[in-house]
Amino acid sequence: MSDNHNSASMQNHIRIYLMVFGALGVLTIITVLASYLNLSTSEGIFLALIIASVKASLVLGYFMHLISERKLIIWILLITVFFFFVMIFLPLISNIDHAGDPAQWWEVI
Amino acid sequence: MEIPYVVEEREDTGLINSKLGIWIFLASEVMLFGGLFSAYIFLRTAALPGDFERWASELSVPMATVNTMVLISSSVSMVMAWASLKMKDFSKYKMYLGLTILCSFIFLTIKYFEYSGKFSHDIYPSSNTFMAIYFTLTGLHVLHIIGGVVVMLYFYLPISHSMWEKQPEQFTNRIEVFGLYWHFVDLVWIFLFPVLYLL
Repeated sequence: MSDNHNSASMQNHIRIYLMVFGALGVLTIITVLASYLNLSTSEGIFLALIIASVKASLVLGYFMHLISERKLIIWILLITVFFFFVMIFLPLISNIDHAGDPAQWWEVI
Repeated sequence: MEIPYVVEEREDTGLINSKLGIWIFLASEVMLFGGLFSAYIFLRTAALPGDFERWASELSVPMATVNTMVLISSSVSMVMAWASLKMKDFSKYKMYLGLTILCSFIFLTIKYFEYSGKFSHDIYPSSNTFMAIYFTLTGLHVLHIIGGVVVMLYFYLPISHSMWEKQPEQFTNRIEVFGLYWHFVDLVWIFLFPVLYLL
């Protein structure tokens, strides 16, 4: 009974994995197609990172099982993400701080 | 001597030790790649306008797109290998792990052609700032792929069957933990692809 239940539950998981696989493939094609749109650099970066974030969420949530994972792991990751963004934005802050440089970081990238 | 908490969860963490360990390791990996992404932003903001776009146009988008699909496929086959073990089907596990290994070799082969294409046009990491950060980021990623291939080959050897026969739950957990690493490698590529090739 328990084995049958486990097997049925895994079959359901496999169905979800295949759906996520399809979604990742479609989103990859959309990422490439979006790069041919006539967007400004900042709009292009924003769109590409949004799509990449959706793809990353799918991988994290379903392949890495974060949607059903313990809170301890979620907390470890939230702290990591916080410091990741601190590290990402530090050079941008230093760039804005350049005396006499009229260019702002969002104009340069 | 038996390793504690590789099958049973610890009461205080609610996790097996290996899973907690791999997540802490992956957190450190986020910071490793994060540092290089931060360097990319710093170099790009400091570069002459249009310089990064000009050099990025030298890269092959079709090759990288195929590689993205290959890596996504390898992630799916990896999770299917783990699911097969959960369903106690060792032969399917071998098939899916074999597919994952095949995908990783395809990825490395395409990367080899990409790199050699650049070298044949006298483009090296020392050529310009974009190529320096491109080779650093993708090179580090390739090293992670190679590391993953070594572990996968170990789990593909005949010894894996005796591990499975002796301690099936522990072996399943090992594959799950390795799978987390492999999905992380895929995750890094999901961001590397648009940042380096498309923007």
